[in-house]
Amino acid sequence: MKYLTEFRDGAIAQKLAAEIRQMTTRHWAIMEVCGGQTHSIMRNGIDQLLPSEIELIHGPGCPVCVTPLEMIDKALAIAALPNVIFCSFGDMLRVPGSDRDLFRVKSEGGDVRVVYSPLDAVQLAVQHPTKQVVFFGIGFETTAPANAMAVHLAKKQGLTNFSMLVSHVLVPPAIDAIMRSPTNRVQAFLAAGHVNSVMGFWQYPPLASQHRVPIVITGFEPLDVLEGIRRCVRQLEAGEHEVENAYERVVTFDGNRAAQALLEEVFAESDRAWRGIGVIPRSGWKLSDAYADYDAENRFDVSDIHTHESPECRSGEVLQGAIKPTDCPAFGKQCTPRTPFGATMVSSEGACAAYFNYGRVVQLERVRVRVHA
Amino acid sequence: MCLAVPGKIVEISDDGMVRMAKLDFGGIQKQVCLAYLPDAVVGDYAIVHVGFAISRIDEASAQETLRHFRELGLLEEELGEIPDDEYAPPPPCPVTYQ
Ligand code: SF4
Repeated sequence: MKYLTEFRDGAIAQKLAAEIRQMTTRHWAIMEVCGGQTHSIMRNGIDQLLPSEIELIHGPGCPVCVTPLEMIDKALAIAALPNVIFCSFGDMLRVPGSDRDLFRVKSEGGDVRVVYSPLDAVQLAVQHPTKQVVFFGIGFETTAPANAMAVHLAKKQGLTNFSMLVSHVLVPPAIDAIMRSPTNRVQAFLAAGHVNSVMGFWQYPPLASQHRVPIVITGFEPLDVLEGIRRCVRQLEAGEHEVENAYERVVTFDGNRAAQALLEEVFAESDRAWRGIGVIPRSGWKLSDAYADYDAENRFDVSDIHTHESPECRSGEVLQGAIKPTDCPAFGKQCTPRTPFGATMVSSEGACAAYFNYGRVVQLERVRVRVHA
Repeated sequence: MCLAVPGKIVEISDDGMVRMAKLDFGGIQKQVCLAYLPDAVVGDYAIVHVGFAISRIDEASAQETLRHFRELGLLEEELGEIPDDEYAPPPPCPVTYQ
């Protein structure tokens, strides 16, 4: 039994929750930016510990979920080519493109491989000089340094058979876009701790003051998330809008300067489409001019892609916090983790999957507790 | 993909291209790129994401996070391997910081 009552430090969790209950005088909507936090909230039943006035809204921070359909379709087209070894993190394999996924391409004979690190893909390029090795470089600022290093090393070694299909997205422009949306309901943010371990949080104070919104850098363990919520509520109740670091054991203001230096060399800011959301200006990275030779989109002709989004899927609204997964008519019926319509159900960190996987467990637990009471 | 697992640096190597290290994650050992923690030394704990050490972390926090990830089955999810039952954590660092 790992849920609800069994936090590693249940006593502290209860104390934090009690403090939050005591402070809360009205409804507040807090967005956890990162899918890892959504996962932790659902798995540990944190939402069940909170007073009903506190609403947690799931943010767009699941890299697998927000990768645009067009990019998935480009990946599928490249992976199906003869003589290509297509490498990706495991969770991309089942993300539906317009008419199939990478898993399907693999079962049809495409050489699709799951790697643990992008450096493994570079290694494959060294081992297979007659093949073109392509790595699917997705993710937020946490993953970008790894991908930057892979391209950097490929160039340093003069590899001509390695390239990357790049679809990086950035958190601060997403926070900005959410706050600018006329339908926005978010009043405070739990920022994604591991993004900040790379980038620090020097980009955040202007965002917090411009939008008058509290931003608390938060980790991923249940106590981290509860502490982040406590700090958000405290600020909201006091009418403050500061940036606070609740993940000090990992995050500093400056972040990882060595990583930021290579990111600046390898990538350049670009507009990016977010799946289900649309284009957010300057919200992503592409390869910089110096690394353009390693761009898979330049190496393979994938310009003629026609996408077809599932008409039933409402993951765009889920990603923007407009609806909860359970508000989607397909949720748990036609659409499940085994038969996902949209990316938010495919990725285990996606909001729809988190609701599907843990929502029921939490409810069962409550019934059980009542029976024994 | 967002979770980053803490591990202990047990060996550092440099192949002339990039600084690499062997890290121990609660019994699973993996090669990790150390380029972004240029002054990390053997015995340090670091948070690792997709094969890259991105941030240092103190030993107590690292052990606690590892234990928690293991309880929840997240180690397997993140590293793609299951630590064996016989596993005992590596001996504590002989150097004491005061
Ligand atoms: S439940 Fe399925 S169809 Fe509905 S929004 Fe989520 S992923 Fe899309």
